[in-house]
Amino acid sequence: MKQTIRTICATLALATGLSAPAMAQDDTFKIGVITFLSGQAAESFGVPAWNGGQLLIDMLNEGGKLPAPYDKPGFGGMKIEAIVVDEAGGATKQVQEFRNLVQREQVDAVVGYVSSSDCLAVPPVADELKAFTILYDCGTPRVFEDNSFEYVFRTAAHATMDNVGLARYLKSRGFEVDSFAGLNQDYAWGQDSWADFTGAMAQLYSDATVKTALFPKFGAGQYGTEISALLREKPALIHSSNWGGDLQSFLLQATARGLHKRTQLALSAGDHVIPQLQDKMPDGIVLGARGVNGLLAKARGGDLQPLTDTLWDSYMERYGVIPVQAPFRMWQGLLGLKMAVEKAMDDNGGKKPTDEELAAAMKGLSWDAPSGRIEMALGGGHQAIQPTAIGVTKWNNETKMMELVDIEYFDARCVNPPEGMKSQDWLAQGFPGAQCD
Amino acid sequence: MDLFATIFVDGLIYAAWLFIVSVGLTLVFGVLNILNIAHGSLYAIGAYTSASMVGAYFGVGGDAFPWGSYVALIAAAILVALVMGPLLERGLLRFFYGRDEVLNVLVTYAVFLILEDAMKLIWGVNPYYVYEPYTLLGDVELGSLFYVGYDFAVIAIAIVVGLAVWMSLNRTRTGKVVLAVIHDPEMSRTMGVNVPRIYLGAFVAGAFLAALGGAVTAPMISVQPGLGVNVIIVAFAVVIIGGLGSIPGAAIGALMVGISRAASVHLLPEAELFIIYFVMAIVLMFRPEGLFAKTQARKI
Repeated sequence: MKQTIRTICATLALATGLSAPAMAQDDTFKIGVITFLSGQAAESFGVPAWNGGQLLIDMLNEGGKLPAPYDKPGFGGMKIEAIVVDEAGGATKQVQEFRNLVQREQVDAVVGYVSSSDCLAVPPVADELKAFTILYDCGTPRVFEDNSFEYVFRTAAHATMDNVGLARYLKSRGFEVDSFAGLNQDYAWGQDSWADFTGAMAQLYSDATVKTALFPKFGAGQYGTEISALLREKPALIHSSNWGGDLQSFLLQATARGLHKRTQLALSAGDHVIPQLQDKMPDGIVLGARGVNGLLAKARGGDLQPLTDTLWDSYMERYGVIPVQAPFRMWQGLLGLKMAVEKAMDDNGGKKPTDEELAAAMKGLSWDAPSGRIEMALGGGHQAIQPTAIGVTKWNNETKMMELVDIEYFDARCVNPPEGMKSQDWLAQGFPGAQCD
Repeated sequence: MDLFATIFVDGLIYAAWLFIVSVGLTLVFGVLNILNIAHGSLYAIGAYTSASMVGAYFGVGGDAFPWGSYVALIAAAILVALVMGPLLERGLLRFFYGRDEVLNVLVTYAVFLILEDAMKLIWGVNPYYVYEPYTLLGDVELGSLFYVGYDFAVIAIAIVVGLAVWMSLNRTRTGKVVLAVIHDPEMSRTMGVNVPRIYLGAFVAGAFLAALGGAVTAPMISVQPGLGVNVIIVAFAVVIIGGLGSIPGAAIGALMVGISRAASVHLLPEAELFIIYFVMAIVLMFRPEGLFAKTQARKI
């Protein structure tokens, strides 16, 4: 009997050992990538981001495909292995997925999250598990303005930058705005974007009045009544942070009714609908891309052009479509992770870094990305700032491609609050400390 | 254009779309006594199918005669009804007739979830566009505002659909048989009525109306996953206001929701979502069975 029990125990132990995930190896660096692979954010953000991520990982593993300092293979010579997880399903599910990645899959780092609610839910768990985590996309400023985390970093600027950049562009380019209106999705992203935009406009166009602020529900699809209201109110400018299908539907319906001919449309995050709409997107729309991303990066020139061209050309070659904002943000996150890993390895004598060593290396780090110089300058070195740009849509009838013209670039410190100051306070006080030379 | 006239026109356009979507839901409930949550999926499948068929039409040289795209829209709705109607009714729902209404809600909810994923498998997660039919009818200038002619075509379709359903039920022999089945299926069966065939016909008609709603909406929007969820919620509000199973109720419910929502967007935008359910709550306070549903005595 005792022999039988011992045999069963041994078999179970062996089976458990075989089925357990492979222990982290020193010659590979395992990352968990979380982004939307289904649902409404998949087509606009999640899928292009993961496409960009796969592309970059393949190129890094091959080595020598990117300009210096990214020409060394993998992360510090370690092969990069990625496990991708769908972000759809809500914050509770994502917390569980995060635990699975860290505890069962034993990833060395997590890179993820488009949704602001996921970005607010995951960091406390990341700190609890002491798991190095990069938030690569989400926009809410609250992650590091209301909290502090040891193991969590955000490698993209928060959303205040988008709307401050938009308002500064209007002022700089001499748009006469005596009144404006908003059409934003009725959830945190839309509400926060509108608050940031009105805060910036109050400083730059103090006499401008708000005609109406519309918040149709997320996924509304039909905007006929809202378009009538906007046509009746006749604001000089309409602000929208809408994205994805909501933005596409709004543009299709608004242009059919001539809204864009009567008022100036300004879309703070609209570049990602260009590949789908192409010539259905009217000329003359003031457009942002949440950073110097997509067409705004392609048109920039300068020292970073080889890196931007590498992303642009390789993405076009593999996927047959222009890269919009999402792959740019994924690249800046992964390139930041590469720099942090290699910096930590320089400090520890070339060993695979621990989560603590990675966090120490990432804190306050700065690096070049296709979207510009990324600096972990806010949130005690955990929150990035980056330059941004705004342009105007113009259809090129010869190339049959949408272009952005009249582009203006803004330094990171011109459109982001300084360290230690909350975004809303910065806006209310008239951008103290902004450096816009 | 005068503010109230604008509210009326906007409300009418929205109500027309709502009615097309809701009337099939109320018809299926009236005949089969099933609150069909999968109605939202049939709407979404109608939108996807019409997007595919109109896209294919223009892909094979439909530019020479773009008006043919309207035929493709209607054909898509018919195709969805003929495939999905019998599949769902004969393949699944008939096994649950006479069971608890809550069980039927759960069954159709399960179908809704399955179809949501099935649509992703078939059409993927990328959006589809068929804007051509939306702009073909040109603009209509009302005062200082421009409307798209297509919006008024949707109003015309809603009127035709409403009249057709009402006339079919009240002015034809088959309609009277359907009303008899609604009133008492057991007695109808003893009188020689083929009740399963009536159920199948009613469900196919409901599926057609759901798919038609999706088909006429497709040119206005980017067709992508998640369409059905938003529609089914507001469609429920409409049929509950009007009274489950009532065709005139669906029309009045759609008008009330459409016009109150339009008024809110123009006058009090913060209350746009609230107003729909506020109207529903007020109606239910005074008419718990909805505006047009007949009060029924409990059998036991």
